[in-house]
Amino acid sequence: MKNNTLNAKSVKTFMSNNAIIILIMLLALAVGCTTQNFFTIRNFRNLLINVGPRFIIACGVSGCLITKGTDLSAGRMVGLSACLSAILLQRADYADKLFPGLPEIPVFGGLLIVLIIMAIFGAINGSVIAFLKVPPFIATLGMQTIVYGLCSVITNNQPLGGYKSSYSQVANGSIGPIPYLAIFAVVIGLFMWFLYNKTRHGKYMYAIGGNEHAAEVAGVNVAATLIRIYILAAVLYALGGFLLGAKAGGASTATGFGYELEAIAACTIGGVSTNGGVGKISGVLVGVLVFETLKICLQFLGVDPAYTFIVQGLVTIVAVALDLRKYLAKK
Amino acid sequence: MKGATTVAEYRLEMRDVVKTFPGVKALDHAQLKLRPGTVHALMGENGAGKSTLMKCMFGIYSMDEGEVIYEGEKVQIKGPLDALHRGIAMVHQELQPIPERSIGENIYVGRYPTKRVAGMQLVDHAKMYEDAAKVLKEVHLNFDPKAKLGTLSVSQMQLVEIAKAVSADCKVLILDEPTSSLTAAEVEALFTIVEELRKKGVSIVYISHKMDEILRISDEVTIMRDGQYIGTWDAKTLTTDMIITKMVGRELTDLYPKRENVPGDVVFEVEDFTSINPKSFRDVSFQVRKGEILGVAGLVGAQRTELMEGLFGLRCHNKGKVTYQGKELKINRPKDAIKNGIAMLTEDRRATGILGVLSIADNVSIASLNQYVDMGIVLNDKKIEKLVQDNVAKLSIKTPSSKTQIQSLSGGNQQKVLISRWLANDPDVFILDEPTRGIDVGAKYEIYCIIADLAKQGKSIIMISSEMGELIGMSDRIMVMCDGRVTGFIDGDKANQENIMELATRFE
Repeated sequence: MKNNTLNAKSVKTFMSNNAIIILIMLLALAVGCTTQNFFTIRNFRNLLINVGPRFIIACGVSGCLITKGTDLSAGRMVGLSACLSAILLQRADYADKLFPGLPEIPVFGGLLIVLIIMAIFGAINGSVIAFLKVPPFIATLGMQTIVYGLCSVITNNQPLGGYKSSYSQVANGSIGPIPYLAIFAVVIGLFMWFLYNKTRHGKYMYAIGGNEHAAEVAGVNVAATLIRIYILAAVLYALGGFLLGAKAGGASTATGFGYELEAIAACTIGGVSTNGGVGKISGVLVGVLVFETLKICLQFLGVDPAYTFIVQGLVTIVAVALDLRKYLAKK
Repeated sequence: MKGATTVAEYRLEMRDVVKTFPGVKALDHAQLKLRPGTVHALMGENGAGKSTLMKCMFGIYSMDEGEVIYEGEKVQIKGPLDALHRGIAMVHQELQPIPERSIGENIYVGRYPTKRVAGMQLVDHAKMYEDAAKVLKEVHLNFDPKAKLGTLSVSQMQLVEIAKAVSADCKVLILDEPTSSLTAAEVEALFTIVEELRKKGVSIVYISHKMDEILRISDEVTIMRDGQYIGTWDAKTLTTDMIITKMVGRELTDLYPKRENVPGDVVFEVEDFTSINPKSFRDVSFQVRKGEILGVAGLVGAQRTELMEGLFGLRCHNKGKVTYQGKELKINRPKDAIKNGIAMLTEDRRATGILGVLSIADNVSIASLNQYVDMGIVLNDKKIEKLVQDNVAKLSIKTPSSKTQIQSLSGGNQQKVLISRWLANDPDVFILDEPTRGIDVGAKYEIYCIIADLAKQGKSIIMISSEMGELIGMSDRIMVMCDGRVTGFIDGDKANQENIMELATRFE
């Protein structure tokens, strides 16, 4: 008898802790059964391609969230890095090349330059938060606007295209049935798992999220850890933007718009708590998968893209509300 | 007044209250019967369910089972505002002040007097301040109700909190550890107010750990243990020992362990240590021997914690020299202190000690991770697990597993985890700031044993405590501070309440 009630209770807790995931999976099941071509290899491959770069971006945001921060500049940083990649890797013979004088740069070199530039923005974010004690919400909101402005200035508000085929190939190729983008995501995922679970940096990050003052008393260099987290986040946005640009074959100031919110939503759905100190990379992956599944479902249902935004916004708020409820429930 | 009719016998009764939190039965058929015009002490160890029961009475928690009979009627208290309207008021253990607003607003927040102007409901400031002034007078506070609350001291804020309860014209007043931040004189003032309220017929529930207070002011005592009701007694029939035995459920023979440490040479020296804040610690000099326990006594505001935080690099100093075995230490942040073999258990475990949502393993290892790194980067989980298991065994930490969240442990076990954290670094100097605050009577003894053992191993221990018994029972020497200065040292065996208080009140 007692066992039964315990089981019923644990099932209930599981359901309420994963309510969004369960609901969206049920939606996917319903959509799959009522429409054609949903459960196909093609659609699944499409899901993986969409998930790849977004997972990398969400990994970046997760560190900020775990330390009770946030990074609202993520989306615009993705946009800027996509545009920078475009500028550096346009075909030499492309008629509308933005900087015709720019020498030929190998794809890997272009990526490296973009990563370094974006790392600087991350370092600025981290320093402002760690040393000037500006709340992460404000610091990164300001950075979001700065980065967008810079992006507009550099690109003259012109959309960029005409990529070298070697750059486009980075995103569009595949090994067997598995797209490169998914492989990038797996490599980054493994790296992040290692970083979060097996290194001092990871432990310090969770400690700061759990209790920043206590972490400091225990000798954790809080400022250095925060700065590392925001730099790493920016580098991951840069990689995400680089891949997104390659996949789309073009970039503009609009690239990456709203990605920060998607990433925060995905993290929260996947159990990264905005209360700090809690979150796993596997959870982030689940969150991104679920969120992208939702988007594909809406596409299949023929929902107007404008409504899609409304749904995504609602899901984000509900995800955070449900997460905070877990802590309120203890009262 | 007692037992005139059956209706009037009790002002409020709580019967068979059950409250469950995830994994814990906080209240297990608890009960409480309050007579009008009495002070009713509610006692029990930490975690016995006193605060939970009071939060149920005040409507902060909803009960799973049980009933509340208030003035002869069965009632359901829906929330704090409902409780206040019914005449039940509570002064919380942790103050919830709004320092940037006025005293008056703090008293009337949430139930401002209003007036109608041009059809709009507006706050009637004139009436609010007028009423606030009256209420302040009732609790003998001579403050301008328009002054910002933040300009008051912590103990004065506590009295304002009591004024707030009085302003609700309450019939039941719950005081949850009201004297924890008050000086002796302020405690007297509080008792006068309590006495006046009792004479007016108010039923007062008084929660405190201080036995002498309880025995002095209460009429009846209800004791709880593990969420259960143990019994209610007339306070006159009880003694401190009886209360402790009933709270713990077993006899306590010795309050402090026999110490076998032998103080050796002076190793840790502090000279002219002065804060950058002129109101804080200044010109502090003292020495600690190897294997010595130096107690640090003082009233609230004596700047003991600030001094220790300064030594540990959590606060800035502008003058002074700290040496260990003749070597000068440069400490500007906790990391420097740790590197130099100093460890510190902070006063507020929850705020600056535990990493609440993290596991025992993470909490134990966080300050010594550098020791478990393989190949320059990878943490060796096996070594960490061994460290944790060793400490769990050595300090007998009661936990289901090393992966358990530290916040789910009792205060005593949390404290042991934090001690383990520091032991992993094998420090020479231990600074302990109120090491047994918020810890059960039973677990306190275990902490004392650990401290005595550390001293026996040759560690130098500096222990701040506000419990006289603890200081006298545990220290080889006691340093007394007053208003930021060291006012004297007393040998442990010559120390008593009087000579410590004399030094602690030596204001300039």
